[in-house]
Amino acid sequence: MGAKTTILNLPAEELVHPGTRACAGCGLGIVYRVGLKALGRDTILVVPPSCLTVLQGLYPIAATQLPCLNVTFASTAAAATGVLAALKVQGREHITVAAWAGDGGTSDIGIQALSGACERGDNFIFICYDNEAYMNTGVQRSGTTPRGAITTTTPIHGKPQHKKDMPRIMAAHGLSYVATGSAAYPLDLYDKIKKAKTMGGTKYIHLHTPCPPGWGFDTRYTVSVGRLAVETGLFDLYEIEEGVFHLTGPSARLVGKERKPVSAYFKTQSRFRALTQAHIAEMQQQVDETWAGYEK
Amino acid sequence: MHCIESGNVAAAYGVKLARAQVIAAYPITPQTPLTEKLSEFVDGGEMQAEYIPVESEHSALAVCIAASSTGVRAFTATSANGLLYMSEQVHWAAGARLPIVMCVVNRGVGAPWTIWNDHQDSISQRDAGWIQVYACDHQQIIDTVIQAFYLAEAVSIPVMVCYDGYLLSHTYMPFDIPEAAQVDHFLPPFKPAYALDPSQPANLNTVTLPDIRPDIRGDLAPGYMEIRHNLHTDLRQAIENVAEIDARFKDTFGRGGCPHVEPYRSDDADFIAVCLGSLSYQLRDVADILRDEGLKTGVCGIRLYRPFPDEAVVDALAKAKGIVVFEKALSYGNQGALCGDIKAALYHSKQRPFVRNYIVGLGGREIKTADLLAAFRASCAQTDDETDTPQWIGLNL
Repeated sequence: MGAKTTILNLPAEELVHPGTRACAGCGLGIVYRVGLKALGRDTILVVPPSCLTVLQGLYPIAATQLPCLNVTFASTAAAATGVLAALKVQGREHITVAAWAGDGGTSDIGIQALSGACERGDNFIFICYDNEAYMNTGVQRSGTTPRGAITTTTPIHGKPQHKKDMPRIMAAHGLSYVATGSAAYPLDLYDKIKKAKTMGGTKYIHLHTPCPPGWGFDTRYTVSVGRLAVETGLFDLYEIEEGVFHLTGPSARLVGKERKPVSAYFKTQSRFRALTQAHIAEMQQQVDETWAGYEK
Repeated sequence: MHCIESGNVAAAYGVKLARAQVIAAYPITPQTPLTEKLSEFVDGGEMQAEYIPVESEHSALAVCIAASSTGVRAFTATSANGLLYMSEQVHWAAGARLPIVMCVVNRGVGAPWTIWNDHQDSISQRDAGWIQVYACDHQQIIDTVIQAFYLAEAVSIPVMVCYDGYLLSHTYMPFDIPEAAQVDHFLPPFKPAYALDPSQPANLNTVTLPDIRPDIRGDLAPGYMEIRHNLHTDLRQAIENVAEIDARFKDTFGRGGCPHVEPYRSDDADFIAVCLGSLSYQLRDVADILRDEGLKTGVCGIRLYRPFPDEAVVDALAKAKGIVVFEKALSYGNQGALCGDIKAALYHSKQRPFVRNYIVGLGGREIKTADLLAAFRASCAQTDDETDTPQWIGLNL
């Protein structure tokens, strides 16, 4: 990555009005505010039903200063293609098209349209903000809910299955740019979105966005919970640029160092209360294996 | 230019002449030759448009919805289960008031699978808020496609141009391809009321609450119910727009004159057969035969199905003694959807004719002229409302 953006040279202009309808401590609130700064004013947004639909406000008031097309749940990527096709016909291709969808809208109901757009190589940025369940509808499990997490549809024993690895699925489409980011590291994700703007074809950015009411932690801990996910090696920050994988920033700095135990992360959130010691040990082993691969 | 081509190719020429700018489609029989032809026009440089080969019908209409919201003329086409798969988007396009044109090449709906013609697909979408027009021959297909773009853009409501799978889509008939310059004169470029634009940001299709709310200036904005009421009143108004556009089209191209319903020997008829689509040609033969037998019969093809042209229907049918509705679709557990609409339209007429209902040709079952003749003849002998239950023709139980 080129020169890193710092808090001193992050654009001061806000493209999200204050007074959004996001919950207190919303991780999406952080990544959306910083993400729009990276995208800039010359952008058209495409948004399916999700927490972001709520954050953006109720008709006739909107919290975003960018044009935004709200679309049906399954159609986000196809709608981005449609905007792009129209801009091409009109000779307005300098405008950036960016889709923002939640984890359900990306990895579950939206994956068909997304995969289709990636296969066509349509030139837009798809940003998945992953709060690891259907938060907008009341915390139902999604494809990216981590194993063991209690949701309203895995209410007693937690989710039995593993988290779907969306960035790797996207990378398998042969995209020019796939990256992960976290609400806990806004400058890192700012630089990644800026970089995505310079790349051709479909770009995919997967953002980890802690959710106080859905995950069960106090609203003041959004950033520290997000950091713990990275520091324990449970959510890794990386880029896959033209097929080449490398860890970035905070995750890159963990290579060769001792990571915090995953239990430290699980302990911060009531959604993990059903996890047994055996589960935790198993997940620690998985993280260790993944990191052994990075450090080889 | 006169040519002999298939109904699907007639539709493709209409889309090309209308200068659609974004086309998105997913293959489904019997629509495929239409979109294949369009991709050939675009790939060969004959047509300046973006052709998006999407991965599903849901995405096909998503592309059109987004492209139309960004200010360009958008087109798609589908059939049967493809239409049902995009149904959510069908409703969305109408609610968002986008002037998309879609050809529905009519086909029966599974299960069980059928690829053959009936009208269940488009009839099932009649309450989505689109304008629905049914063509009965190749000339009507190409002419209606061109008119549909003008109509859609005039009223900001999407238009479905429906025509029979195979019977029209895959058969070859002579028709006239209008001159491009004349079409350009008839149909100027699309000028959207709003298009997504960073210099004029707007948030489209946001969440509405049950009640109305003030905007940032304190002015009350319409709520969901007002927005939907506007769609309905504009749809009703579109009945007049259809007549005006038909008159303009006739001035330019010399064809038209039956914008809402297409009567055949029905002026003095005691008994009138009513239908959608190409079936009207077969029924004209039946009416001719019955006329020779001394029965005053006629046919009324319904061209504009939504909005339902009540006045034109009453004008065409109310003086008759009996109306016989032949339908390739059914509101299961009730009656033919068209039959219900016809009855509702005639409710206030003084001399209310009886209305009979026959279900025919589901899943492509052959509709034999002899069967239509027998049913129509039997209905003419009827004197009152015998039954509400639709009768089925061509069943082998």
